[in-house]
Amino acid sequence: MLALFSSRLEKLLGIARIPELLDKRLVFVTGKGGVGKTTVAVSLGLRAAAEGKRAIVCEVAAQENASRIFGHAQVGFHEVEMEENLWAISIDPDESMREYVLLQLKVRAMRDMLFRSSIFNYLAAATPGLKELVTIGKIWELAQLDRKVRSGRKYDLVIVDAPATGHGIGFLKTPRTFAAIARVGPIHSQARQLERLITDQDHTGTAIVSLPEEMPVNESATLEAELRDEVGVAVDRVYMNGLYPERFSAEEAERLAALAASQGGAIRAASNAALSEQRRARAQRAQLARLRRRVQAPVRSLPFLFEPELGLEAARRLAARLN
Amino acid sequence: MPAVDQILDGKEICICAGSGGVGKTTTSAAIATGMAARGLRVCVLTIDPAKRLADSLGLKELGNEARRVDPKLFAAQGVEMKGELWAMMLDAKATFDELVARQAPDEESRDRVLENRIYQQISGALAGSQEYMAMEKLFELHTEGRFDLLVLDTPPTRNALDFLDAPRRLTQFIEGRSLRVFMKPTGLAARVAGRGATVALSVLKRIVGFDLLADLAEFFNAFSGMVDGFQARARRVNTLLADPGTCFLVICGPQGEPVDEAVYFHRKLVEAKLPFGGVIVNKVHYPTESLEGGDGDLQGGLAELLDGDDDLAQRVAENFVDYQALAERDADNIERLERELRTSGVIRIPYLDEDVHDLAGLAQVNRYLFASSEERDELAAGRA
Repeated sequence: MLALFSSRLEKLLGIARIPELLDKRLVFVTGKGGVGKTTVAVSLGLRAAAEGKRAIVCEVAAQENASRIFGHAQVGFHEVEMEENLWAISIDPDESMREYVLLQLKVRAMRDMLFRSSIFNYLAAATPGLKELVTIGKIWELAQLDRKVRSGRKYDLVIVDAPATGHGIGFLKTPRTFAAIARVGPIHSQARQLERLITDQDHTGTAIVSLPEEMPVNESATLEAELRDEVGVAVDRVYMNGLYPERFSAEEAERLAALAASQGGAIRAASNAALSEQRRARAQRAQLARLRRRVQAPVRSLPFLFEPELGLEAARRLAARLN
Repeated sequence: MPAVDQILDGKEICICAGSGGVGKTTTSAAIATGMAARGLRVCVLTIDPAKRLADSLGLKELGNEARRVDPKLFAAQGVEMKGELWAMMLDAKATFDELVARQAPDEESRDRVLENRIYQQISGALAGSQEYMAMEKLFELHTEGRFDLLVLDTPPTRNALDFLDAPRRLTQFIEGRSLRVFMKPTGLAARVAGRGATVALSVLKRIVGFDLLADLAEFFNAFSGMVDGFQARARRVNTLLADPGTCFLVICGPQGEPVDEAVYFHRKLVEAKLPFGGVIVNKVHYPTESLEGGDGDLQGGLAELLDGDDDLAQRVAENFVDYQALAERDADNIERLERELRTSGVIRIPYLDEDVHDLAGLAQVNRYLFASSEERDELAAGRA
């Protein structure tokens, strides 16, 4: 049924599958705050599900933005099925830490003692980067075909809505930093394992989300270089989000400018709105061209959706447009 | 809502807070520029690593020292600059190092911290350290008294609490009380704490690795002589934040999510008894003139005036419907914001046709920031 749907979708829209990106096992969606990372992450999930893959969208740092899009109550630290073939989870660092300890210590009495101990709780709360590390650890666990968690499902694709702070660079660098701090011992080897996961370019990738404005374009170019050179992760796509349609030509704009100058009321207001649209759409095309010049990864654009709030339907439409 | 210069009248510190992607850096730069133009000596601080502020002020780069923006640049934009505009980008690590140097009782303790491997790894990246160091630098500059007004562009924290909580959390971390106690295996404290703690520690060692624990303990020991100094400093920073000479401005966008966050942030400010100054909403689609009576045949009217070009008339009409939907959404969200904050009117900056990334753009924004609400509406109507 789904395969039929997806092949129909392909025929209908003439869209090919997204091989480089969605054939990976793990994709981090990165970018600064407010660029639409969550919407893109959910759309990628919908698209993967439509292509017949089992996918899960992970949020970190208790954002719960995706559940807002799904119109779902907060998903929390559970794998919740949102759509056919599409799951969501909000990765809570404290829960991840508990789970990690549960997997490490099989003796219940020892676990209980550890959870009760003030030193453990202090260390868990205060050690810099530990929350990020166990969060990535949970992402690693979700991406395993042989899940550690009992009754864990197997996913073809794990999509992570990366934290906005520092564009997610610090987050992705955590395993390396930690491996350096803990020179030897179990944390060191686990941090190394997570670093290998992130830098495994065959199976792990990133998508950068940008906006058609001067500074977001500059930042996306910097971000791509940092992801490649400092983190060592593959950058597979740069999505230019929120691109206005080109509704009016320059010649039409001139005619509308004449109307705006000579008319009043609704005619003037509508003409001015059209002129604004034309100016923005043109400026955005210039930014799109700049982005293409400044990044190495393939750039794809996503349309601005004239909707009050972007919900599931909007994400579905974007999913169909993704390439 | 009065203009920004009225809100900031007599203030020495302006803290721009809000979630990421709402134009906080640009707004901070615009406010600082506008206040400097009015005769003050202003310094704007950012900790944004993306150098956006430098970009927008025509500075190649910003460092941990304040740099003055070339007055000639304003003249070129037709901005009369009566005061001085300075800018700096906060280097969290350098500020942390300076703070350690200041708090250390002697050189040996200072070097012990600065050379500690864990300190070196975390001083720039520790959760909350950027926020705390921003506060710290603000405090230092304020104490020096070189500037009439300091404008702080806060880091984009996911959670407003992170920012307000930073000094307390950082001090708590440096204290490392419980860990220090347990890491002295022969100490009195370990014996008092008893066998449970010893076993917990051994379990912990198994999970974490002994080296890491030992390094952490060394880190906390290195800091031990400075804890009191850090605590006292954090208290003074907090006092400064609550001072009537300080003003928090909440910056947000007109969409549902940024508005939710602005409401949340405002509540936290009120709870913490911190001085709230106002809200600035960026990129607002202003409502257009009332369309009563004329809406029905807009397309027909347009077509007539466009020499029967139905296709163009239809696209103009459709575009107008889209624009109005966004204007309506923005108006609804802003109304909700005003209701929640029990304030009459926020400062609305329109969604300008060109995006703001240089001094000319800042001057555009300032026409709105430094205008009364009536003037703002007129300005927007002139271009809408």
